[in-house]
Amino acid sequence: MSLIATLARLEAVTTGRAQPAATVRHRRLSDRPLVFVPLTTAGEAGAPLGALVGTDRDAPRLLVVPQPRDRDLRFAFLAELADVVLPYIDSYADVVEAAERGETDPGTGRRVKVEVELCADAPQLIVPSRAGVDFVRLLGRSMRFRRTAEQDPETPYPAPPRVPLLGRWLTHFGERARVPGSSLLLALTEVLGRHWATGQSGLEDQHLGALLAWIAPPDGATGAEAALRAELARDADGQLWCPPAGPATDPAFDNKLLAPAIERYNGARTALAAAEDGLEADDRLGALTTAEREIHELVRSRTLPTWQRVWEGLDLLRALPEGAHVEERWTRDRWSFTGHRDRVVAGEPPQPRRDDAVTAANKLATREREQARLDAQEALDDPLVMAGRRLAGEAFTGEVVDVVMTYSEGKRPSPRPLVTVRTDDRPYLGERAKVFRSLGGKPQAAEFAGRDGTEDEGLLVLRIVDRMGRGKEPERGSVPEKGDLLCFTLFEHEQRGGAKLPDPEETPWTHGGPPGERTPEAPDSLTQEDVL
Amino acid sequence: MTTEAVFDPGTAAGRATDAILRDTLHGTARGVVVDSPPGAGKSTLVVRAALELADAGRSLMVVAQTNAQVDDLVLRLAEKNPGLPVGRLHSSDTDPYDKALESLANVKKSAKAAELAGLPVVISTAAKWAHVKVDEPWRHAIVDEAYQMRSDGLLAVAGLFERALFVGDPGQLDPFAIVGSEQWAGLSYDPSASAVTTLLAHNPELPQHRLPVSWRLPASAAPLVSDAFYPYTPFRSGTDHGDRRLSFAVPSDGSGPDRVIDEAAESGWGLLELPARHTPRTDPEAVRAVATVVRRLLDRGGAATSERSPDPSPLTADRVAVGTAHRDQAAAVRAALAELGVTDVTVDTANRLQGMEFDVTVILHPLSGRPDATAFHLETGRLCVLASRHRHACVVVCRAGVGDLLDDYPSTEPVQLGTLVKFPDGWEANHAVLAHLGEHRVPWKP
Repeated sequence: MSLIATLARLEAVTTGRAQPAATVRHRRLSDRPLVFVPLTTAGEAGAPLGALVGTDRDAPRLLVVPQPRDRDLRFAFLAELADVVLPYIDSYADVVEAAERGETDPGTGRRVKVEVELCADAPQLIVPSRAGVDFVRLLGRSMRFRRTAEQDPETPYPAPPRVPLLGRWLTHFGERARVPGSSLLLALTEVLGRHWATGQSGLEDQHLGALLAWIAPPDGATGAEAALRAELARDADGQLWCPPAGPATDPAFDNKLLAPAIERYNGARTALAAAEDGLEADDRLGALTTAEREIHELVRSRTLPTWQRVWEGLDLLRALPEGAHVEERWTRDRWSFTGHRDRVVAGEPPQPRRDDAVTAANKLATREREQARLDAQEALDDPLVMAGRRLAGEAFTGEVVDVVMTYSEGKRPSPRPLVTVRTDDRPYLGERAKVFRSLGGKPQAAEFAGRDGTEDEGLLVLRIVDRMGRGKEPERGSVPEKGDLLCFTLFEHEQRGGAKLPDPEETPWTHGGPPGERTPEAPDSLTQEDVL
Repeated sequence: MTTEAVFDPGTAAGRATDAILRDTLHGTARGVVVDSPPGAGKSTLVVRAALELADAGRSLMVVAQTNAQVDDLVLRLAEKNPGLPVGRLHSSDTDPYDKALESLANVKKSAKAAELAGLPVVISTAAKWAHVKVDEPWRHAIVDEAYQMRSDGLLAVAGLFERALFVGDPGQLDPFAIVGSEQWAGLSYDPSASAVTTLLAHNPELPQHRLPVSWRLPASAAPLVSDAFYPYTPFRSGTDHGDRRLSFAVPSDGSGPDRVIDEAAESGWGLLELPARHTPRTDPEAVRAVATVVRRLLDRGGAATSERSPDPSPLTADRVAVGTAHRDQAAAVRAALAELGVTDVTVDTANRLQGMEFDVTVILHPLSGRPDATAFHLETGRLCVLASRHRHACVVVCRAGVGDLLDDYPSTEPVQLGTLVKFPDGWEANHAVLAHLGEHRVPWKP
């Protein structure tokens, strides 16, 4: 944890309220996000119990699996989920704008610009917590290799038509969420935690109720008291007053309420199957419906508080103005969305179970680049984040106290003005360290040329080395002037593209050689556990 | 080898080197892997292998990890064979290489690989090689510091050569990624794993060698470093007890720093223990203690006697280094040293001290004053780098209570299926080093 984060947390403890960790919003929030509050069944990985889902905070759609271990009911749930999620995604897929993309011409090997479609906006999925992101990924994995009856008439348990497609989309969202700074799939606790520092640990911040209690404690209570209540307070029946944001449920709920309800549902179902005539069946169907409705209400009661908190959290975030670079990062999310849309339309097979060596290396390189870019952009967009970097010795602000014009040696002398900056910050400047400032949105580089006086005087001499035009005299406004207040960073503002890796079919011997012809992945094989 | 009655380090090392060169020059395997403990003559081996490959007329590319390593290799090659034409492929940044290369007549420098084509040896960093495209691959490559290279780095350059010699130290810091890479854990080509891990996972039949002798570490340090960090691949010191001596003209003034210096001069190790306390990373007291020890080391007229020469050589600032875990700690120590008027002492983090060698090192223990022991601070390689940079003595400055801290924080890293578990884990290595240091403990008294 950085020093400024530690200080902010200490201040939160003292004041009893979360402290701002950012002055602008560093993630995109869609005007119409799809909020997804899933619950899973204890002890059954990948067996959803239910969910609230939708784009309208007043009208969430409740989906429930009354017997989570029943494959047919699970498929019905997933089909219903697809009916909500896929139309939402499709509504963004059709609105496009023209854009250009650099591609390598297969004939000449040159880089050429190609006119392509770019979706004008992209869908956004919001889940309450990081565990929710993992659950989205798990759902995606469990669905994308399913076969529908149309794809494979022989399959013993065909999936409803749109379920494999939903799996591919959820997989894409889950994979994109691993890219730093992306906003296609957001975990609300993570985003809130980025913008506020609470007086509790990072682990406790994963509890949405406790986190919100710190950020906006109810009147008369401190954040710590409210958070404690959110975590522990139970009603007369021993049920948590603030149910966990899921997907895991509280054991007391599982044991006392859910298990008996499912038991009654099972009983009603068995009874219905054993009914001997229509009249009896009608009665028993009524009992089954009642038992089912009971489970529905239980699931609603555990998801609705979280649903409301998610929207409250979104309100808090919306109150912050959007950071300047957020749009640029969102554009990359749109590219990512458009790219997957195109792959689906082109009939490509689902994402493979495992990345090949080249894909894995490319993904890692992209994410590292995005992380570095995010770190730089957040600091440039937000003085509070920059303050953290200054405190860490990675940036400094100061007033220009002197500018001396000098020129580089060589055939064509270029301007190399020496700028003396007085700063109270203590940057870790090595000999000839490079520093950067933002000049009209572009980074201008300077070289640390030494100190004027002792370290305590804080006079740094910097030699500006670029962005002054081509002439012998620097362009107007490209050289700082006496009295200017400037902020220099020791980190680069923009990321260089990495080296191009070989194509997968040219994977070298050190990495196992080419993976061979890519065959469509087989569907998941059936196991004993799949069948109830 | 361990059963030999008399262990002659020179012979053992020579035999290992011969076997490596035989496999490299005349073997049939596409790769040869050499594990080298700290100071075992890795650079010497790389230079020798490069010269012999060049002699044999095989076009050779050398991949190192940092520009400093590349320049160092170029200088060493030029020293051994000034007539050999060497290409130094560099980036297009300003000052891309060491100025010392300018004076070398046979070293051609360029930012374009094409301009260096045809030279017997071309050297560059892995990052620069990754941008090179060739029609005809090099016949041979030497990959230096291969354990510090990431698997994806090797993926980017492996198409450039037919065969390669991979040299590195498995005990040093593992490469790292700044984003999570758990999703690929267990895959043979996990891009965040080390290049050697991936290479051997796909080519387990490659010959693997090991340099058995550390010429850097003194007899007092080699057994501890070997036991703590290389439990299954032990190595020996090239020198014996008594071959090296550290003495001081000015006697001890009885203070903690002076006593710990004497203890370290005598036994090779010294632990200067400050009272237990939770502190910020840049613990002012510990930083001052480190700076004071360095100041006294230089003030007391140290003289180092070693097998290199019969006469003692003075312990000057350039023969002393300070090692820390974090950059801000290094910066704080630098500032404290400047206050005491000490300049020219290398102060850096473990990452940057890798591959360097000094007579005496002073290290700030990575766990000193910490309330918790994270994976970063427990990393075996970090402590190994810090504890294996010295030829004579190592002084560790630390808050008391690290043993309890270790017991409070056993390793809890999730176990990933399919990954090779690295031994020893940081917890165990830390305990081993701490137990040994405990015998050389001097309490802090200013």
